[in-house]
Amino acid sequence: MKQFLIFFSLLLSITMTAQQHDHDHDHDHSGHDHSSHAHEGDHSADHETHEANHFASDCGSPAKVIHREGYDPAATAIHHISDANVLTIMDMIRIPLPAIIYNKDRGLELFSTGKFAAGHHDNGHYGYKDYVLYEGNIHRITCSDFKASDKFEVQGFDTGHATNAEGKDIEKRYAIINGKGYNIEQKTIWDGGLLGGGVTSFYDLSPTKNVVTMFIVALLIFLVFRSVAKSYSNRDGQAPSGLQSLLEPMVVFIKDEVAIPFLKHKHKKYLPLLLTIFFFILGLNLWGQVPFLGSVNVSGSLTVTMVMALIVFVITNINGNSHYWGHIFNFPGVPWFVKMILTPVEILGLFIKPLTLMLRLAGNISAGHIAILSFVGLIFIFGKAGESFAGSMIGTGLAIPLTLFMMAIELIVAFIQAYVFTILTASYIGAAIEDHDDHH
Amino acid sequence: MNFIFLSSSFAPFQPTPGLALWSLIIFLLFWALMSKFAFRPIADALDKRNGDIQSALDEAKKAKEEMANMKAENERILGDAREERTKILSEAKDMKNQIVSEAKEQAKLEANKIATNAKIEIENQKKAAITEVKNSAGIMALEIAEKVIKKELKGKSEHEDFVNKLVNDFNMN
Repeated sequence: MKQFLIFFSLLLSITMTAQQHDHDHDHDHSGHDHSSHAHEGDHSADHETHEANHFASDCGSPAKVIHREGYDPAATAIHHISDANVLTIMDMIRIPLPAIIYNKDRGLELFSTGKFAAGHHDNGHYGYKDYVLYEGNIHRITCSDFKASDKFEVQGFDTGHATNAEGKDIEKRYAIINGKGYNIEQKTIWDGGLLGGGVTSFYDLSPTKNVVTMFIVALLIFLVFRSVAKSYSNRDGQAPSGLQSLLEPMVVFIKDEVAIPFLKHKHKKYLPLLLTIFFFILGLNLWGQVPFLGSVNVSGSLTVTMVMALIVFVITNINGNSHYWGHIFNFPGVPWFVKMILTPVEILGLFIKPLTLMLRLAGNISAGHIAILSFVGLIFIFGKAGESFAGSMIGTGLAIPLTLFMMAIELIVAFIQAYVFTILTASYIGAAIEDHDDHH
Repeated sequence: MNFIFLSSSFAPFQPTPGLALWSLIIFLLFWALMSKFAFRPIADALDKRNGDIQSALDEAKKAKEEMANMKAENERILGDAREERTKILSEAKDMKNQIVSEAKEQAKLEANKIATNAKIEIENQKKAAITEVKNSAGIMALEIAEKVIKKELKGKSEHEDFVNKLVNDFNMN
């Protein structure tokens, strides 16, 4: 236990040294910042405008790279838990990933994100065609007068705010090339404009770091379980051993405590789905907590949980029997005026169930990542972003126990959330397939 | 920074089509492969083992029951044997008693018979002896009388001595 603690604090300090390295340079580098107040004062760039639709007019306006001071823990945390087109490990190793872009003007394009030569904060030093890498994500320069080339230098990025046609405050982003600011557009985000996204001029279909992590985790789980499944046939009639005895209690737990109580005699049909969900989520949760693997926040990504919730929704409803639909549209034994209220509520519930599944998992895991990143951020807050060594020592002294505590909690959360998603899936399916005479 | 989760820059909660597509592909593939190559074989193996354990338990229970039955049977047989033994013993005792009593009866009868025979014999012998005594006495008397007659005796004492002598002579015989 003592050895483990020493090893753990060593790990943590190495990780934090790497992070420190990152943020020490934050203020003297490309100078992006999320907070709008950073644009106050005598900055030369005149993009701090609140007039409607100034995107086009900003193209090619003079801009220079601004050296930002200070440290924004929220922006840093969000950046670290967001998806990216490069896989960054400890801000030192950047693995370029393939980019697959569907562009509305040019069709499908395929290239490596290595072309961007991503640097600190995953901002690309170079651009390719009209793409640049900002905050680890591919953005497209939307200015029509911009001359696209296979390689051009990007001096930095900046952000500003503007009001769009509907009177909503939107964030504007610029790439600074040759001393001029060019508006960049993010990839298409299916949020209906609610979370600052929307359909743009291109779709990013690249295998991002979340996709690559998902693939690696799925492959690892598959290989582990394949070997376990083989040892069941090789060691037939013998007691389990090794990996088998590690994973068997979990499989048996899901079977006996989740599948059988909710699905009764039909549990055999759905057990593989439940086990897949459980181990997929658990694997991603645990993988996301390992400091040296990029701490990729896959199960905290709403897109991933949305897909899983959607699958659960489809499975639940295509297997729903007449009894289930009867309870939704025509609840038995209830007077008509109650039905008037009950039926819409039941129909809403149909969609709220997968919605809660999706939000609960993404929220919990993202929150855990944010908490850990915030505690690590104490080092930079106390250390005034690298200016005060004594302050960062105090911050480290605070961060180590707090992060240790948070990671311990996150370890429990990793299991709990995987279990909760699985048990709720089982209960939704169980309610949909329940036999009429089962409980009457 | 206002409410962080609803802020426009909270990227983890922005659903992106690329990630959605890849998640769907990976999850469905993972589900299919895991079901076919891992979870179904494992579930089957677990079921089989459950069945094996159950049948082993059942067999053990059955064997135990059989053992119990056998033991009861043995006990019963032993009890029967004991009963049999007791019965045989008592029968033997009875028989012995019977035999003994019969033998006693027999012996008694025999003894009585022997005694009766002996009595009869004795009686006979007695009679014979008496007869013989009578005969002998008669003969003796006759011989004495004959000798008395043949000899002339002087005096009474001489007679008596003579008779005594004769009697003695007879006694000697």
